[in-house]
Amino acid sequence: MSKIHVTTTINGEPAEFLTEPQMSLLDILRDEMHLTGSKEGCGSGDCGACSVIMDGRVVCSCLVLGVEAEGKDITTIEGIANGEDLHPVQRKFLEHAALQCGFCTPGLIVATKALLDRNPDPTETEARYWLAGNLCRCTGYDKIIRAVMDAAAEMRGA
Amino acid sequence: MTYLNKADLKVVGTRPIRPDGVDKVTGRAVFGADQALPGMLVGKLLRSTHAHAKIVSIDTSKALALKGVKAVVTSADFPDIPSEEAFVGEGPMNFRDLSRNVMARGKVLYHGHAVAAVAATTSEIADAALALIDVKYEVLPFVIDVEEAMKPGAPVLHNDLFTQGTTPQPTEPSNVAKRVQFALGDVDAAFKTADVIVEGRYTTEPVHQAYIEPHACVVSVGADGQAIIYSSSQGHFMVRAYCAKLLGMELSNIRAMPSEIGGGFGGKTLVYLEPVAMALSKQTGRPVKMVMTREDVFRATGPTSGGVIEVKLGAKKDGTIVAAEAILKFQAGAFPGSPVQPGCMTCFAMYDLKDVRIIGYDVVSNRPKVAAYRAPGAPISTFGTESAMDELALKLGMDPIELRLKNAAKDGTKAAYGPTLQNIGYIPTLQAAKAHPHYSAPLGKNQGRGVASGFWFNIGGESSGSVHVNEDGSVSIVTGSPDIGGSRASMAMMCAEVLGIPMEKVRPVVGDTATIGFTHLTGGSRVTFATGMAVTQAAEKVRDELKVRAAKIWDIPPEAVEWKDGMAVPAGANAGGFDPLSLADIAIKAAKTGGPIISEVSVNAQGAGPGFATHICDVEVDPETGFTTVLRYTAIQDVGRAIHPSYVEGQIQGGAAQGIGWALNEEYIYNAKGELDNPGFLDYRVPVASDMPMIEAVMIEVPNPRHPFGAKGVGEVPIVPPLAAVANAVRSATGLRMADLPISPPKLRAAFDAR
Repeated sequence: MSKIHVTTTINGEPAEFLTEPQMSLLDILRDEMHLTGSKEGCGSGDCGACSVIMDGRVVCSCLVLGVEAEGKDITTIEGIANGEDLHPVQRKFLEHAALQCGFCTPGLIVATKALLDRNPDPTETEARYWLAGNLCRCTGYDKIIRAVMDAAAEMRGA
Repeated sequence: MTYLNKADLKVVGTRPIRPDGVDKVTGRAVFGADQALPGMLVGKLLRSTHAHAKIVSIDTSKALALKGVKAVVTSADFPDIPSEEAFVGEGPMNFRDLSRNVMARGKVLYHGHAVAAVAATTSEIADAALALIDVKYEVLPFVIDVEEAMKPGAPVLHNDLFTQGTTPQPTEPSNVAKRVQFALGDVDAAFKTADVIVEGRYTTEPVHQAYIEPHACVVSVGADGQAIIYSSSQGHFMVRAYCAKLLGMELSNIRAMPSEIGGGFGGKTLVYLEPVAMALSKQTGRPVKMVMTREDVFRATGPTSGGVIEVKLGAKKDGTIVAAEAILKFQAGAFPGSPVQPGCMTCFAMYDLKDVRIIGYDVVSNRPKVAAYRAPGAPISTFGTESAMDELALKLGMDPIELRLKNAAKDGTKAAYGPTLQNIGYIPTLQAAKAHPHYSAPLGKNQGRGVASGFWFNIGGESSGSVHVNEDGSVSIVTGSPDIGGSRASMAMMCAEVLGIPMEKVRPVVGDTATIGFTHLTGGSRVTFATGMAVTQAAEKVRDELKVRAAKIWDIPPEAVEWKDGMAVPAGANAGGFDPLSLADIAIKAAKTGGPIISEVSVNAQGAGPGFATHICDVEVDPETGFTTVLRYTAIQDVGRAIHPSYVEGQIQGGAAQGIGWALNEEYIYNAKGELDNPGFLDYRVPVASDMPMIEAVMIEVPNPRHPFGAKGVGEVPIVPPLAAVANAVRSATGLRMADLPISPPKLRAAFDAR
């Protein structure tokens, strides 16, 4: 099977790769681009561990084909921090101990960033529904929601 | 030495950022499936399409002939292990069963049971090769339900399984692997003295640990037989031991490397992939990577047992319980080893009972072999006993907390399973629950409140930890415990407290099987207790050595040196007028004073204090749909001493959430062909963020004097009360006793209709 050439932008930098038509964006990110921060928890779009931002929308990269990345702007967990400076969402996750095993954490941080980019002042209920597609089995979500609300407040300058 | 006085602590009890935190919020942390080695092959498993069948033949020739396929293995490529019982991890383990679970031999015992594996150059070729393996089955009748499996005439899974624990032992094989009994006093006579008796039959369905990270490993075996395993597990020493046993290798020829672990909850205390990848790597001479799909995880790993719990309680009019009895029937899955024994031991352990009897049955059926799940057995049995306590409170017209206080276990209570309890904090959890504003908050229409308690033993066991003072005075620590939820932080904090330095000066890592002494797996809520003890002792030895080195530098006797706030200081004016020496001052001169300053300590820790918890749950029930919403949840627990309170709260909150899922949503659903019908997160619904309220974790600290800082295990007991707390709340809201979990909308709707 011949491969398809894809030109895209990943974490602000131009990127290109060859993909077979059936390969998911998640497989491309992990196996071809060696960006293993995005995780596969289910492969069926139910757990959100593979969440990335594509042209401003949060998507499960396991449900996106590699070829669909053509011409898109993709942000993964590796592109959330600015060098050594953590994004406020990352910092608040640490301060609130909003992770235990840390496997769902990349997806949750990416999804939270997408939420706050769109809605800087979510209610707790809005945050809970926005993140309902990101499963966490360790925390019971309490500290995650506190981290999200605190990050939102800090980013608003509240 | 102990550090039980909280006022003296500078690091323990604070909430620093965890040392591995940045890696985990930036995507740098390397989990099982993130490992890769040059020349790596892809390994995949062929799984049974039947619930129960004899394997007549396996023809692998077509698969082997496919270009890109490097090896195919079946049970013929593994040693045929004789029956051998061992107690590893959180429960009994028979190596023959483990071997046959990893790769079916002669028979498949559940839908999804592994029968063959391939290694190929790509994932697509591996899939194509699996389709070319020709397995001929002779299909056998199967049995899924636990009580069906116990009946005479049920399809028998193992012809050599004769019920243990009955006299005389039966001469016919059956699916009942074991009968266990725990008793105090004379229960039958005691029931005759009761004013009030309640009886109930309760059931739970199997639920999966549902860690978000599927099992994954990379294994490489060299031409000299030296193997290296990278995998995600709750114990790499366990992985090494099981692989050695199943492949017939020596331990020293296997090096097991711990990846970060993406959740386990008991489910990663076994091996599934590692021995298969090792067999494939041995044959090919190349590294082999294997990763489970989510469907594989549901079909072939975990879950915990479903069970039937029959409970009878007898009490005096004043609430004093005079007799208690429970009969438990637990599904073990395809091989013996359900957690029925701990289920029996825990279900009445909250109460001071003189006359009590608990009988348990361990029953095999055509389901995946169960694995440990957070306080194995206790949530199941306690769902029955704590629901029955609620019924008793109703019948007596007593407040449910008052009823529990009246009968609560306290220091000196002899538990039905043997020991006399000491330094326990059960009554304080009840008192805190009663005093909590939650307990007296008003309730609205269709709302109800439930209370339940729980017990878990907690364990100690073998652990190793080493502390190294680096040349610049910074400190490295190594332990053998995979960090499943923040244990690096607690290890670093205990070490920092002993040395009198900031936690940030201490860098903890998890060592592999060749770099640190044997350490039992991360389970039984043992790491902060046992590994923490090893690290504390190692840090104390280092502190003593630092004093010796300072004494050498000052040329005074070691007894004349004190360690204060991270510095060596002369012990009083007579010792001499020396300026304090910091760790860095001493470290830089180490070569001249005796060489590197290090200590490694291995312990077999005893005296883990048991955990008790009391939970309060408010629900609102929608009578139209049968949907239950948890409105408010308060979890109160005796934690001994919270080393890092945020991560202790996290354990309490996470355990409560898992218990809420168990109560309301989660279940294994089988179809008429004996196949699991919901092997994915869409249909097996774990709680999501919008399902949950905030969970208030209330920590009661009754220090455990057997640990230097007073720590008790905290991770498991929080999953014990929620099942009954939720069901009791639903009863309070609706008047309906939901005795069968989960309390899913169709079930509750049907209960409304039947009323």
